[in-house]
Amino acid sequence: MAPLMNRETISDRLAAAGYIADRDLATALWLMEFLKRPLLLEGEAGVGKTEVAKALAAVHGAELIRLQCYEGLDQNAALYEWNYQRQLLAIKAREGAGENADAIEEHIFSERYLLERPLLAAIRREKPPVLLVDEVDRADEEFEAFLLELLSDFQVSIPELGTITATSIPRVVLTSNGTRELSDALRRRCLYHYVDFPDVDREAKIILTRLPGIDTSLALQVARMVDAVRREDLRKVPGVAETLDWAATLAGLEVQDLRQEPEAVYETMICLLKTHEDRSRLTREVTERLLGKVA
Amino acid sequence: MVADKPSSAHARESGHPALGQELGPRFRGDERGKSIGSATRLRLAGFARTLRDNGFRVGLAETRDALSILASPVAMRPSSMKAALRALFCATHSDWEKFDAIFEAFWRGRDMRSARSLTGAAIGDKGAPRKVAEAGASQAPGLADQVPRGADGDNAGGRGRREGASTAENIATTDMRHIVDPDDIAKAHALAARLARSMRARLIRREQMRRRGRRLDLRRTIHRSVAYGGTPVELAWRQRKVKPLRLVVLLDASGSMSLYTAFFVRFLHGVVDAFREAEAFVFHTRLAHVSPSLRDRDVARAVDKLSLMAQGIGGGTRIGESLATFNRWHARRVINSRTAVMIVSDGYDTGEPEKLGAEMARLRRRCRRIVWLNPLIGWRDYAPSARGMQAALPYVDLFAPAHNIESLAALEPYLARI
Repeated sequence: MAPLMNRETISDRLAAAGYIADRDLATALWLMEFLKRPLLLEGEAGVGKTEVAKALAAVHGAELIRLQCYEGLDQNAALYEWNYQRQLLAIKAREGAGENADAIEEHIFSERYLLERPLLAAIRREKPPVLLVDEVDRADEEFEAFLLELLSDFQVSIPELGTITATSIPRVVLTSNGTRELSDALRRRCLYHYVDFPDVDREAKIILTRLPGIDTSLALQVARMVDAVRREDLRKVPGVAETLDWAATLAGLEVQDLRQEPEAVYETMICLLKTHEDRSRLTREVTERLLGKVA
Repeated sequence: MVADKPSSAHARESGHPALGQELGPRFRGDERGKSIGSATRLRLAGFARTLRDNGFRVGLAETRDALSILASPVAMRPSSMKAALRALFCATHSDWEKFDAIFEAFWRGRDMRSARSLTGAAIGDKGAPRKVAEAGASQAPGLADQVPRGADGDNAGGRGRREGASTAENIATTDMRHIVDPDDIAKAHALAARLARSMRARLIRREQMRRRGRRLDLRRTIHRSVAYGGTPVELAWRQRKVKPLRLVVLLDASGSMSLYTAFFVRFLHGVVDAFREAEAFVFHTRLAHVSPSLRDRDVARAVDKLSLMAQGIGGGTRIGESLATFNRWHARRVINSRTAVMIVSDGYDTGEPEKLGAEMARLRRRCRRIVWLNPLIGWRDYAPSARGMQAALPYVDLFAPAHNIESLAALEPYLARI
């Protein structure tokens, strides 16, 4: 097994992968390796929870396998499925060749006809991948219980095939938006990190990393302005992706200084505000007031 | 804070010299004669206990992992040690927010400058850090005015403009306050039971195999077809599984609700009787779990018992605090994702509306639906203007009147759908 990466290396590699992490997150990622526990990330929509998993995959040079949860998600969609078309063809072909039913059954329920879904794929890779179980709160309790079992035993049983034990233990990241309370058992099993909106400095750094051509002072102004907008009473608080969109738009319009072009700022704020209510709340006057504060 | 020489047996074992220093000279003094290894263990156990006292769910596995964290390089720096322990011990956002204060008080009690009552007291005392959390909690509200909303006064105002209750002959439209005849009460009870049954089941989206259904179960159909040479003779289907809905009723038994309490106590009994999974709570200034008393098969006795519990309460309603008690102590056990919570209250809250709002938000996240039945809606010109009601409304899925049997019966289709 590869030697344990230390915390500073993780920080550096995160930065190299374009993810500007706070120190605590680097510690949590290190701890994941150290204790071999999954990491549960919570936080508001748009703070970059999914990005953490992508960055973690980049840090370890591992494959990212993603399982998006939704209500009604069951084992067929998450674990494995049989390739029915091929099975049907095989039955016909072998029947024609005069094989008996038992032999055919044995044949069509073999690895060749198995379709891996994310969870099975994650435990059957040679090199441990990063498994992202996204929005686990959307799946129902039965699925959560099943996931918990998988995360503690790292083996699954397929009735037709027998028990499959993990070839490698994946690094698991779960995210939740808190639409439903997760079970205590799952929470206990995981390390926990609450992802908050980045502070102004960190967000400016994120803008600079993602949009390399952008002017440093503009990036800082954008970060400050977004920070001020987030403090307003909004229905949907703009996330980091929205900030990046906005910064890119402003850079594209060749805005140098937000204060000089309040009109452009007001018009491009549609990048940040995604509901009619929020849009009408941040009127020209409010926008100018915020601009006055950030400049 | 990095030590330059190994300072303890434990640190030598693990090869990380900073441990003894990090945990401070304090406990070398306290635990004289023992190795730091066991002292650390003790200290950590104390920390785990403190966290548990503060509502953290900390098990032995966590404590064991924490020990290995203390023996690892992250323990060299206090900030990273804190971050690591926080990631390990926290399980929810509220844990996350409380953790820092508890950590500071426990491990670095002496250094805490902002500590109020507990500077110096936090050392090794498991009671002290709890005070931090409490102090923090009680500090947050306190801005809202505490003036009790004169429940009686509001009621008196309302009584004059109630809707045609006295003119109606039909028991169904009679405001429950006026139902006194035992026969009528029995009818009301029967209705409550019927209502309860109508909302018992809901479809869940997960499917299971069935002999008939709306979608073909390919996996099983193919498996079965092998015996017939690949011809799908026996079809397997998938159908939505029906699971019982669980209902949790929180009944306001405060003075302002007293006219309705008798009826709703009946209703509660009907609910607990008809639902396979139901829990009932009664609150006024405090919250009481009443399902056990309601399970008494003898209706009259059960209702009497409960009426006694619900009685004799003046001094306003603390809906917010009762909900907080519910969220803190009961919700985890009685609520799952197919639970509907029904709150029966007039919304006159003598606590702070902010608290009620916050607790409603927490409850909203846990359960499937929140139904709020308010007897006052039936009164003409009623608008949910009580500040508590205002704070709670954004989190309510169904806000409905419940002042007479007709209004309750009208709920049936809605309740069946939740």
